[in-house]
Amino acid sequence: MTPSRDDLIDFIYAEARMLDEGHFSQWLDLWQPDGIYWMPLDYKQTDPDCITSLLYEDQFMLRLRVERLEGARTFSQKPKSRCHHVIQRPFVDVFEPEENRYQTNTSMHYVETRLDEQFLLALTAVHDLTVVDGALRIANKRVDLLNSDAAFGNIQLLP
Amino acid sequence: MPAYTQENVTDLVQGHRVHRDLYTSPEVYRLETQHLFRNVWMFVGHDSQTPNKGDYFTTQIADQPIIQVRHSDGEIHVLYNRCPHKGTKIAIDREGNTGKFFRCPYHAWSFKTDGCLLAIPLKKGYDGTTLKETENGKGMKAVGAVHNYRGFVFARLADEGISFEEFFGDSLSSIDNMVDRAPEGRMEVAGPPLRYMHKCNWKMLVENQTDTCHPMVAHESSAGTAVKIWDELGNPEPRPAAMQIIAPFMSAYDFFEGMGIRTWPNGHGHTGVQGSIHSDYDSIPGYFDAMTEAYGADMARAILDENRHNTVYFPNIMVKAPLGQLRNFIPMGADKTLVESYVYRPVGAPDALVARSAMYNRMINAPTSIVGHDDLEMYERAQEGLMSEGLEWVNVQRLYQEDEDFDVEAVENGTTERQMRNQFNAWAKFMTPQPSVPNAEAAE
Repeated sequence: MTPSRDDLIDFIYAEARMLDEGHFSQWLDLWQPDGIYWMPLDYKQTDPDCITSLLYEDQFMLRLRVERLEGARTFSQKPKSRCHHVIQRPFVDVFEPEENRYQTNTSMHYVETRLDEQFLLALTAVHDLTVVDGALRIANKRVDLLNSDAAFGNIQLLP
Repeated sequence: MPAYTQENVTDLVQGHRVHRDLYTSPEVYRLETQHLFRNVWMFVGHDSQTPNKGDYFTTQIADQPIIQVRHSDGEIHVLYNRCPHKGTKIAIDREGNTGKFFRCPYHAWSFKTDGCLLAIPLKKGYDGTTLKETENGKGMKAVGAVHNYRGFVFARLADEGISFEEFFGDSLSSIDNMVDRAPEGRMEVAGPPLRYMHKCNWKMLVENQTDTCHPMVAHESSAGTAVKIWDELGNPEPRPAAMQIIAPFMSAYDFFEGMGIRTWPNGHGHTGVQGSIHSDYDSIPGYFDAMTEAYGADMARAILDENRHNTVYFPNIMVKAPLGQLRNFIPMGADKTLVESYVYRPVGAPDALVARSAMYNRMINAPTSIVGHDDLEMYERAQEGLMSEGLEWVNVQRLYQEDEDFDVEAVENGTTERQMRNQFNAWAKFMTPQPSVPNAEAAE
């Protein structure tokens, strides 16, 4: 299967909706087993290893994150947080069917709320996508927060 | 709420209990900024953040805007970030190089990097005035005293008071161990700190650093879930670094009891006297060889076998020597604290070592960290719960003994709340500067 540009764009929208509706386990199934979710701390950070990031997680850590959200003693999720992504039409920056390699660049506003608190993050998400068994999968995802160097309270769900 | 003064505020600390106003009262916070944070030695930054002449770094000590700057003679100076003319903050960037002088962006008064006034435009306008005799005419004000200890820069805001050595005493052994872990005997800051805003009193965070009865409860959701998932996978070995970091948080009470807690005078103390949750990390290839070359095998082993958990330097930082980390709990008000969590690179050590520290920092101390979420939830619930009129006092009685003497070093059961009591004892002591001044003179 060779995806069209629209297929790539629809995938990004579908992922955002999955997170907004709280289907986190289903969201995990979108990932390649060696996929990394990276949220840098430093503006234009290039080194994810020797400089701390906000998030640099493999599938084990993402699974832990998702299972924790449903845990009986996850006190910071009593009551649960909710999130909302508003996304601009993604750019398709890399479209290489012969290499099975695709990359999108998406501007988003991410809103998270719990109890009386609500906050807004502006961000750019870069998805590396690939086709496996006829379906698009996330090979890697990088999220650059516009204000990555600001002091935040808890960011509990997934921008 | 009663009106607090320097004389009666210390009544809020009573042995095994402290009054809730200690955490909630804006007036108590105001007295802390006027007295406590001025009388003690506060962390500023690391000298590797300003490696070259003219390099500066802006921060704050509680509500005081501060600049750490490398002067032309190579020394680090710590100045209030305020123009002596009309108050404008001189440096706004978090870091930079100012060259040979600072220049105020408002009226172009300029200052040498030690703060001395260099020039004023149209200086004649001050002829016949008393500007030179005023404090404003002297330049940017420096803090009372500065001490660079093995790269870590501390300041005492008050002009007079306890000396650096007297204040920290033997507690400096934790900083020594952290820096000794670098084959070249020095550290360098590794990137910007994680910044995490907490809507709670700063003392809650500091107390939590030696609270060993919360991890298996509060962190069951994160560390407990990690252990459960790893179990479901059949406990495959070797455990990845992430599991080595997170699983020990679920250690049982007897593990933490056995770790031990040491307290030093003036509010300092540490968990992990006999090993800690950091003791069983895999060795990093090439690291022991580099340490052996620098120190000899016996000394290298002694340095690396010391695995202190959290060392609290009163009033508001925590150091994790085995991981090269420092957390600065910056008070921003009675119910607001900015947490900055730094990683330092031990110079001469393999990259893999600093990579593990950076992983620990983002896994445990980031606003996106699930472990951090567990803790912040508890602090903010406590901050709200303490508003309850039902009970006035907070209990810190665990393993309490009558007539505890905090002027002597002690090692006790690792679940004691003695270190918290030690901090409150120091809090009461330094809210009034009088007792510390004779000590300082005796030490010098």
